[in-house]
Amino acid sequence: MTLPALLIAAIVLTSVSGLLALAVPRRPALGQALACAALCAGAVLGSVAAVGALLAPVPPALTLPWGAPGGALALRLDGLSAFFLIPVLVVPALGSVYGLAYFPQARLGRKAVRLQILFGLVTGAMALVVTSANGMLFLAAWEVMALGCFFLVITHHEEREAQRAGFVYLASAHAANLALFAMFALLARLAGSFDFAAMTGLRAAWGPATAVFVLALAGFGLKAGLLPLHFWLPGAHAAAPSHVSALMSGVVLKTGIYGLLRVTGFFEAPPASWGALLLAGGAVSAVMGVAFALAQHDVKRLLAYHSVENIGIIVMAAGLALLGRARGDAALVFLGFAAAVLHVVNHATFKALLFLGAGAVVHATGTRDMDLLGGLARAMPRTAALFLVGAAAISGLPPLNGFASEWLVYLASLRTVYDLGPVPHPHFAALGAPVLAFVGSLAAACFVKVHGTVFLGHGRSRHAAAAHEARPAMLVPMLVLAAACVVIGLFPAALLPALAGAAAQWSRVAPEALVGPAASAGASAVRVSVTAAALAAVVLGAWLLRRHLLRRGPLGPPPQVETWGCGYSRPTARMQYTGSSLADALVGSFRWAFFPHRRVLPPRGVFPRRALYRATVPDTALERGIVPALAWTARMAGRARSRLLGAVQVQALLLAGGLVALLLWLALGGGAPW
Amino acid sequence: MTYWTGLVFVLVVVLDLLVLASSRLRGAIRTVAFQGAVLALLPLLLPAPAAGEHRVVHMVALAVGALVVKGFLIPGMMLWAMREAAIRREVEPIVGFVPSLVLGALGVAAAFTFSGALPLPAPELHPLLVPTSLSTVWTGLLLVVSRRKAVAQVLGFLLVENGVFVFGVLLSGFMPLMVEAGVLLDLLAATFVMGIVIFHINREFASLDTGRLTSLRD
Amino acid sequence: MVTRLAAAVLPFLAFLGLSPLLLGAVTRVKSLFAGRTGAPLLQPYHDLRRLLGKQPVYSRTTTWVFRAGPLVGLGAVVAAGLLMSFGGAPALLPFPGDFILFASLLGLSRFATALAALDTGSSFEGMGAAREVTFAAFAEPALFLCLVALVRATGSLSLSGMLREGLPELWRAQGPALLLAATALVVVALAENARIPVDDPTTHLELTMIHEVMVLDHSGPDLAVIHYAASLKLFLFGALVVRLALGFPFSSPWPSLGVFLGGMALFATALGAIESTMARLRLDRVPQLLVAASVLALFALVLLLR
Repeated sequence: MTLPALLIAAIVLTSVSGLLALAVPRRPALGQALACAALCAGAVLGSVAAVGALLAPVPPALTLPWGAPGGALALRLDGLSAFFLIPVLVVPALGSVYGLAYFPQARLGRKAVRLQILFGLVTGAMALVVTSANGMLFLAAWEVMALGCFFLVITHHEEREAQRAGFVYLASAHAANLALFAMFALLARLAGSFDFAAMTGLRAAWGPATAVFVLALAGFGLKAGLLPLHFWLPGAHAAAPSHVSALMSGVVLKTGIYGLLRVTGFFEAPPASWGALLLAGGAVSAVMGVAFALAQHDVKRLLAYHSVENIGIIVMAAGLALLGRARGDAALVFLGFAAAVLHVVNHATFKALLFLGAGAVVHATGTRDMDLLGGLARAMPRTAALFLVGAAAISGLPPLNGFASEWLVYLASLRTVYDLGPVPHPHFAALGAPVLAFVGSLAAACFVKVHGTVFLGHGRSRHAAAAHEARPAMLVPMLVLAAACVVIGLFPAALLPALAGAAAQWSRVAPEALVGPAASAGASAVRVSVTAAALAAVVLGAWLLRRHLLRRGPLGPPPQVETWGCGYSRPTARMQYTGSSLADALVGSFRWAFFPHRRVLPPRGVFPRRALYRATVPDTALERGIVPALAWTARMAGRARSRLLGAVQVQALLLAGGLVALLLWLALGGGAPW
Repeated sequence: MTYWTGLVFVLVVVLDLLVLASSRLRGAIRTVAFQGAVLALLPLLLPAPAAGEHRVVHMVALAVGALVVKGFLIPGMMLWAMREAAIRREVEPIVGFVPSLVLGALGVAAAFTFSGALPLPAPELHPLLVPTSLSTVWTGLLLVVSRRKAVAQVLGFLLVENGVFVFGVLLSGFMPLMVEAGVLLDLLAATFVMGIVIFHINREFASLDTGRLTSLRD
Repeated sequence: MVTRLAAAVLPFLAFLGLSPLLLGAVTRVKSLFAGRTGAPLLQPYHDLRRLLGKQPVYSRTTTWVFRAGPLVGLGAVVAAGLLMSFGGAPALLPFPGDFILFASLLGLSRFATALAALDTGSSFEGMGAAREVTFAAFAEPALFLCLVALVRATGSLSLSGMLREGLPELWRAQGPALLLAATALVVVALAENARIPVDDPTTHLELTMIHEVMVLDHSGPDLAVIHYAASLKLFLFGALVVRLALGFPFSSPWPSLGVFLGGMALFATALGAIESTMARLRLDRVPQLLVAASVLALFALVLLLR
């Protein structure tokens, strides 16, 4: 079978996989298993196609005619598409395996069937988004994906929280679609066709090209959750079932990144200001994303804000790659592009792992509030260990995959200060390194908080006491993702040649120019692996030594006692540091950006009876920006409507007048009004 | 020689940042005094644009004047006013110490990055001269804007004057000695008035918070 | 061949072997400042041996995370040592971008220690973990700004290349900027190693501690491993500061190693003097100190970029 045929088979199979859930109405569990199997089969086929495409000398492509105006069923699987296609298919497949235990059709009935159908549909649509080579096809797939996600977010449509989150999501998705329609219309006008092939190689001239870039930033930025366009994201991720959150955070957001990379790839020699803008915007997004994450106590909202942070890191890397193209620096192009794409893959693995782990916790305890949990590592040790892998990976700690991609971002940003090539370098980009270090250590602090308060110490409430280990169907997908985190982290060098090929196709730099930088980065990456091996050897050696010392001791096995309470004899679980208290000092240093809702009842008197402290930090962009602005618009619109303009006749008159004016302009002026 | 002059400029900027970060007013006054004394070295270290007997006298006079006024007279008077008014710390600045430090650093970075692009009336004596001057002026204005206590605001104005002084060294070829002496004298008089005002505000209101003065009506 | 191998490996062995001695020297200097004779220089070695022979006690609350914490902490610091150039030779595993791995490995060690502290469920250890991660978040940008400034000054992306033989000439050409970066680096070293003015390693009140309070529940070999890892980390930062100050003065490795060790003795004296003459900062002032260090390093970078 040829690669395009495999790809089409994968898209079709995943899109319709959910319908199999209806196949055996008598035995819902079997139906769900069939649907899941179909989705997994589609993922395998698609991944094979992607790997084949990465190995093929020429990107496989296929074009079929399509009735839509300007549209064609054109698919193309170049390096960029292939690197996105694998996580786009694999993460949902693992999510649907997880769903077998987490969202069983046998118990939840029609709700689970609906979710299964939409899950497959969104997966297929995403696969089409990242492989389509025609603007109309892209927009159609994008619309299906966006609407499918809306219905996934409101899976629990009877809950007010889900309704509100779904509405905010729908509004933002439509705003994004509007921007993208305008962008593709402009692009098609510049290129003369909706085909990506025709758009490739456009001159990045002032005016229309800038408009395209700004529209892409708005539309794709809204989808990716780039600050301050992230406002829909925390609510939607928190309200959706956990495997849906994994799908949305792990891969749906990445379609925004894909779009941004694809559209900037069309242009020849993009101006340096585009790269600088992406770099600065990404840095703001990364810092503020992790700051908001620190302030959360709902574990899923917290993870959602970490998506904002990681999208910021990816956008920083993309900005560096664009700077490299603007300056004609092949090594910078390679490092930035490879960092962005590798971080996309890595974030898909560890964020999906973390959401699935959080889902297992919510499933076992019935609450998302971390300050009510604690000590779950005893009841659910496997979940705790797997979650820890994801936590270390997202904090950018070696030897896991998060470090591998962040290391490339560091190298890219430092390239602008040390290697003085023939062109003057944008030195300011070097500030990306300390910003990234700040973000990384804040992320580490945040995941010390999450893992420490959820899994370690004593349980803080009855929710924690009732916990039980996750079912195997939930653990296996997490295990696969954790293994991916470790393997990519240990052997990042293996991916670099393929990334160099993709970077060459994206930037149209001669592939030979990228071989050198890729080889030197690869040689360094091997040294990273060696250091990781040394780390493992020392840990193992110290462990053996300790075992030997404990065995040899004449006193028998070490005694088990209570935690030392510094002399206090009756410690309770409520005396532990909570997640909120752990992050308090760091949250305090971002006070200027937060508008917390507080409820405080301080202890009074000598023998205080009751005391209460409750603080939630809502999203500043949503609560202080979007909502007031929309409320103002609605008020103004209402005021305008209440006067003369309210009458239907007047509105029809205005419409007719506008139409006549436009037609007259076209007829007399000759040509479109731009 | 350029090396040591560079060190002096860097020291001046570090002292700027130190003033921004310090909450103890007494320490801040001493820092500004030290900065003034360091600045007094500048006319001696920099190469005179047009050599000559007259220039040397001019430069030495400038250095001695700056040392006496900036290093001793003004800080001494401010310390006296502090002692009389019995205040020690800036407790609640309008902009916190960490944010004002970060803002100061950004201003310094901008000054050092973009000062090369400015059109200058005189040939550049030292590559760090103009950015140091701009940084010092920026820090001084930041101090005036971000603090509540009158003493800290006077310190801000002193920093601004120090920045202007650095710039003045660049222009000393065009500027007669009398003008500089006049500026120094003006400053001395201004601080003197400020000191007395501080003393009186304190006696009348038992506070040096300038925010309270706005509630006065005449 | 054998000499070259020895020249490469011996500094690393010195790192592994002499770190507790550095700690002993700092303690000795402090007691001399206080007018006491103080403990013998080799006291830390005796302490480690004593702890290794003791039977540990584990809290019922803890899980494997608690027992893995010290081991990962040690492994990360030793692995970071592979990237650092100590004496007359480059590091054992130098590569472009190794300082990023160096800083991240120290971050891994901190992550493991903080999680082990939270595993005990003790409010004091939670407090220590909270302070550790908070201050680290402010120290990390300062460290990176220093290192970026060094990258800019030396044109090298690896620690061994940055701290190479050409540093004395660089000091002559870019003295002010390097001085600023070195000052910032010393502040970061004090904060990262829980020394005065950020933390007091000899305090006896849990409420005021940072690093020591995190390891309250560790005992026996686990505590020995933690103490040893802490001394290794101090040695690493000391090496960074000393190499930045001295460079690599001789072309032959052996005299350079001697100069390096002499520099480390000076570092111990300076550290003891700082600890004896300064007071601890109030906790809420620590972030301010670290931001000031970042600002100094940023200024150094700006000067170097002109």
